[in-house]
Amino acid sequence: MPSRPRKLRLLWLQGVTCNGNSHAFLNLPWLDALLERFDIMYHPLLPSLYSLEAVAACDMTCDVLVFEGAFAPGLRRGEKGLGALLEHYAQQASYVVAAGSCASFGGMFKDAMPEGSGLAFVHDKPGGPLARQGVINLSGCPVHPEWLGYALMMIADNETIALDALHRPKALYSHLAHDGCLRNEYFEWKVDAKQFGQKEGCLFYEQGCRGPLTHASCNRTLWNEVSSKMRVGTPCFGCTEPDFPRRNLFETKTNMSIPEEVPIGVTKRSYLTLTGIAKSFRVQRLESRLIEDE
Amino acid sequence: MARSSKKEARKESIITTALKLFSEKGFYTTTIPDIAEKVGMSVGNFYNYFSSKDILAKELIMYISSYLGARIREINERPVDAKTKIAAIVSMYFEMATEKPEMIEYFLRVYLSNREVFGEGCEGMVCVSPFITELMLFFESGVASGELRDQDFFSAFGLFMGYLGGMVFLFGEKILPEPLSYYEASIAENIYHALKAP
Repeated sequence: MPSRPRKLRLLWLQGVTCNGNSHAFLNLPWLDALLERFDIMYHPLLPSLYSLEAVAACDMTCDVLVFEGAFAPGLRRGEKGLGALLEHYAQQASYVVAAGSCASFGGMFKDAMPEGSGLAFVHDKPGGPLARQGVINLSGCPVHPEWLGYALMMIADNETIALDALHRPKALYSHLAHDGCLRNEYFEWKVDAKQFGQKEGCLFYEQGCRGPLTHASCNRTLWNEVSSKMRVGTPCFGCTEPDFPRRNLFETKTNMSIPEEVPIGVTKRSYLTLTGIAKSFRVQRLESRLIEDE
Repeated sequence: MARSSKKEARKESIITTALKLFSEKGFYTTTIPDIAEKVGMSVGNFYNYFSSKDILAKELIMYISSYLGARIREINERPVDAKTKIAAIVSMYFEMATEKPEMIEYFLRVYLSNREVFGEGCEGMVCVSPFITELMLFFESGVASGELRDQDFFSAFGLFMGYLGGMVFLFGEKILPEPLSYYEASIAENIYHALKAP
């Protein structure tokens, strides 16, 4: 009988964070199966082998370092400076994973903290304490638990993870959040959603949806296996991109009624030509409620 | 001359002739035999190019829209501010109304006045898309650069093109005491002041 491979030792550290990624991770439907492949040295919510204080002593090593939250140079964890803690564990680790947009690019907390950064990026530019190390960025606010599960399982299986220019796994971030959106018929015919929470209408024209401008697979791999923001009638906030968080998340920026930004890879001239023609045709079925309220 | 380019030249000749006749005599009073005779072809041969007068009418508005769109695109791509572009668009439009009056006349007197002809196949912006798209790009970039005031597209579009169309109409009716070029600078100034950011 072949012996089981040694479990990888996973350490989960936190910077300036809301704990959102830790909580999201707990919603991974196959979390138990994933955890069987790792020894959890420390995680703020999961049963762990060591206390944070023991980890902060820096007299051991990990195979996989997962970091959540923005990096702040002055922050201390377990009586140890965060910079020194990261330096020690990242040097020994085979993989470093930035979980969420704050750890990847600075995110929400970088906004209020000029000295803050992601692990290896400041927005879309290399920077931060591990800028010279190969960090896997799993952006998202929070990171989709399935994406984190995918990356960790690839690591456990010793599979290569191909990354894009922002160090995000191509398998997860090559498509746009628009891909798989159930409102695509409304997008094609340029029929706006007039309010949130309805099944009808596209959220791109007025309600601020960033789906056609955001690399993410939220509509290909659903949240909690059932849904996504757009499916319930809320715009995509573009939370996987390095410019997150933007301002006025519920409003599409327009200039003279024309969207300031158009879908990635499409010229504004082409987009406006197509839009003008599509808007010339009234599709009655798409302009009224599919199911009237009682 | 290759057969295809000869055919294209004949098609172009029908288009320019039809534009003149429609704008001079009106859409309904101009017949296909009138156009064929002026071009110097048989009525039967005409139908090898356009299968009906309505189809020709739609082709003509797309021809004008593409022409206007290309001229505005050339202005849009100049590295100049919105004020300069407004002056260039006014100048181009008035020059076109003077040199090729049949184009603007057709737009004003046939396309806008006989909407029933342009129903199926020319819905909404379909047949004027190149022209409208370039004006959208002009307005959008003007607001994005902070030069123009943000407002509804059609409010701005009506102010700009309605003004120019009105002046060309007065010119066509021989009401204006001076040639169009005389008014260019003051009209460009008026449009700029109406559209500029506070």
